[in-house]
Amino acid sequence: MKTQLKYLIPFVIFLMLIGFFLKGLNLDPREVPSPLINKPAPMFEQPLLNDASKTFSSNSMLGQVWLLNVWASWCTACRDEHPLLMAMSQQIDVPIVGIDYKDTNPEALDVLSKLGNPYSAVATDVEGRVGIDYGVYGVPETYLIDKEGVIRYKQIGPITVAALQEKIIPMIKGLK
Amino acid sequence: MIPEIGHFSLILALVLAIAQSTFSFKGASSNQPVFMSAGLSAARGQFFFVSIAFISLGYAFYSSDFSVLYVASNSNFNLPIQYKLAAIWGGHEGSMLLWTATLSLWTMAVTIFSQHLPAQFRARLIGTMGLITVGFLIFILFSSNPFERLIPAALEGRSLNPLLQDPGMVFHPPVLYMGYVGFSVAFAFAIAALLGGELNPEWARWTRTWTTIAWIFLTVGIAFGSKWAYYELGWGGWWFWDAVENASFMPWLVGTALIHSLAVTEKRDAFKMWTVLLAIFAFSLSLLGTFLVRSGVLTSVHAFASDPTRGLFILAFLAIVIGGALILFAIRAPKVGLGGKFGVVSRESFLLANNVVMVVACGVVMLGTLYPLFLDALGMGKISVGPPYFNTVFVPVMAPAFFLMGLAIFSRWKNTELPSLISRLKWAFIISVVTAIVTPAVMGQWKPMVSLGLLMAFWIITTAMVSLYDYMVAGSGNLILRVIRLPRAYQGMILAHLGVAVFIVGVTLVGGYGLEQDLRMSPGEKVKVDQFTFQFDGVTQTAGPNYMAVRGHFTVSKSQGAPIILEPEKRSYQEDSMPMTEAAIETGLMKDLYVSLGEPLNSEAWAVRIYIKPFVQWIWFGCFMMAGGGILALFDPRYRRKNKKALG
Repeated sequence: MKTQLKYLIPFVIFLMLIGFFLKGLNLDPREVPSPLINKPAPMFEQPLLNDASKTFSSNSMLGQVWLLNVWASWCTACRDEHPLLMAMSQQIDVPIVGIDYKDTNPEALDVLSKLGNPYSAVATDVEGRVGIDYGVYGVPETYLIDKEGVIRYKQIGPITVAALQEKIIPMIKGLK
Repeated sequence: MIPEIGHFSLILALVLAIAQSTFSFKGASSNQPVFMSAGLSAARGQFFFVSIAFISLGYAFYSSDFSVLYVASNSNFNLPIQYKLAAIWGGHEGSMLLWTATLSLWTMAVTIFSQHLPAQFRARLIGTMGLITVGFLIFILFSSNPFERLIPAALEGRSLNPLLQDPGMVFHPPVLYMGYVGFSVAFAFAIAALLGGELNPEWARWTRTWTTIAWIFLTVGIAFGSKWAYYELGWGGWWFWDAVENASFMPWLVGTALIHSLAVTEKRDAFKMWTVLLAIFAFSLSLLGTFLVRSGVLTSVHAFASDPTRGLFILAFLAIVIGGALILFAIRAPKVGLGGKFGVVSRESFLLANNVVMVVACGVVMLGTLYPLFLDALGMGKISVGPPYFNTVFVPVMAPAFFLMGLAIFSRWKNTELPSLISRLKWAFIISVVTAIVTPAVMGQWKPMVSLGLLMAFWIITTAMVSLYDYMVAGSGNLILRVIRLPRAYQGMILAHLGVAVFIVGVTLVGGYGLEQDLRMSPGEKVKVDQFTFQFDGVTQTAGPNYMAVRGHFTVSKSQGAPIILEPEKRSYQEDSMPMTEAAIETGLMKDLYVSLGEPLNSEAWAVRIYIKPFVQWIWFGCFMMAGGGILALFDPRYRRKNKKALG
């Protein structure tokens, strides 16, 4: 009997693998927690998209809860996200600041004039420096920053309605 | 209309595949030829209808029928014709159809070339393949139908991912799938033999041919993929230990072990359990790879669209097929018996050790690939396992295998005298060690890892040469005739093993002496890398059939000889504005010069990557030699003669 059981070893190992896969199917490998969560948001001061002679400083947002949205005119996923941002800008009472990431100003302005501008301010980041500080690895990404300038939430990829309703809006209410 | 024909053909194919397995198993268990031949006809009919479906999808792409959702998502009017057709397998649904079509093609081949097999065994074989086909057809029809209509039709399609618009896309997936799916035949042979209790040398010989053919395709497919990544991704690497790459590499490792194990079962009637288990594993790993790639449980640079319900289906299918096979193994294996005995120092024991090493290597790759999933599933955090793990662990695991390769060629079946082995191989060993120590110094810089790599390569080459010499002394006629007259299987083995050596030389030297420079260059600027001067002559705008490109111009000069012009491109496909990097590579036997454009830094200057890759072509050439060895072995008259005898 004992010798017979050893032939079951491959099957038992396989069953364990199946268990892991079953669990793995319900996990999202792309959902990587940002090391920046609950850390102070990196400071930046960048030229404004609509007027390059002026700059936007992240310090000016201290004292309010705000969203930082990294986007670009070349990013198709940002187009998908855009209508939701437009709705948010009207319905949620927090400023949305845009970072126009590795983009050219005319193209970015063109997108905003055609699709509408959900942002209270848009800073440009042509060389991607701010992106490096924030650990951006795909556009769009959105950060929720509290009154003390601490990052409380990071959305990788377009904001989804579910993420907005279940995470972002409740968090904003808590922070205010 | 045509897409409906395709869809309907798939439904008919499913019905026939069900008939194929039901009739075949019924016929085999009751030994009724009527049922068995009905199963056979159903299998051929199934192939016919899957082909119709595949051609229908091809036609939908050819005619840019954007009323088909899958076509609209993966093609558009501007796409050059070869990519329109390659787009058939550019997305999930079409890939699964290609999988099934490949399986049908293998089934068809089995129905044709299996007439010499005992009738009941043949019926079980075809029945098993039918079961696998049923699973995949259900999967396609219920969750991944490529013929789904888009109403109203799109005016223009979304086009194929620019990364996939490359000649590699035309060849790599079909060849790779031929290999992947080809292991289903070895699997079906194993199941049929376990069911009927026919695990014997005859069985091993039948299985061997099929396994070798699948292995050749897989080898070539992986080599294609690696070469594609090398010139397309613009990083100059040739293997990234990406989850999807590993998914194709694991069946290769086990398939390689299987080929060797089958040799022992055929010649010595030994290792039967081990062989049958490897046959199950090889195909299981193919299925596992499909699951990993298609379900999205792992992230990958290949980043395919994923869908959890599809993943769940494949997982259930995986559980039934592999789980069922392993239970069958557990029930039947104890009755198989051990087979031929062999001494501690013998060809059998070296091959066994080699097999163990291959399986361990596969386990190492699997652990690294699945580790992020394990940790995540256990709630222990998110990590990613990268090349450092694989390089540190994989190389030491494989090194003994390369050493054993040299010994195994020499040892005899059953028993080998250790002293005679040592005396025959001492010169091979001395030459390898000396060359391995001296060569890196000649190359300019002595590095221990390079020396170790070269030692393994030279060891394989010298032992192969000594063995060849031993064989040739016995022959007659001139040198070339003597080589030609050697048995094909032996020639194939030597060629494949030399291929491994060539591969190791490539990997070792490109790793040890490759130069990589990331520079900022303005037009007119020169930079000296190794003995080459790279001059950046600026960029110009050009247009391709469906893209705009910025083309960089570089003049590369050496102290003597004509200068070489290299023109890397940065392409923007209209539909998708992510620019693609198209590296310019001057390929050579001894080194590749590799230039790729990074980002524009300001109006003039560009980020430029310049790589010098010594012996990098040897990596792929080595793979093709391995495949060539497999082809030679197929022509060994042993297989044909005995097959004919069995027929008569």
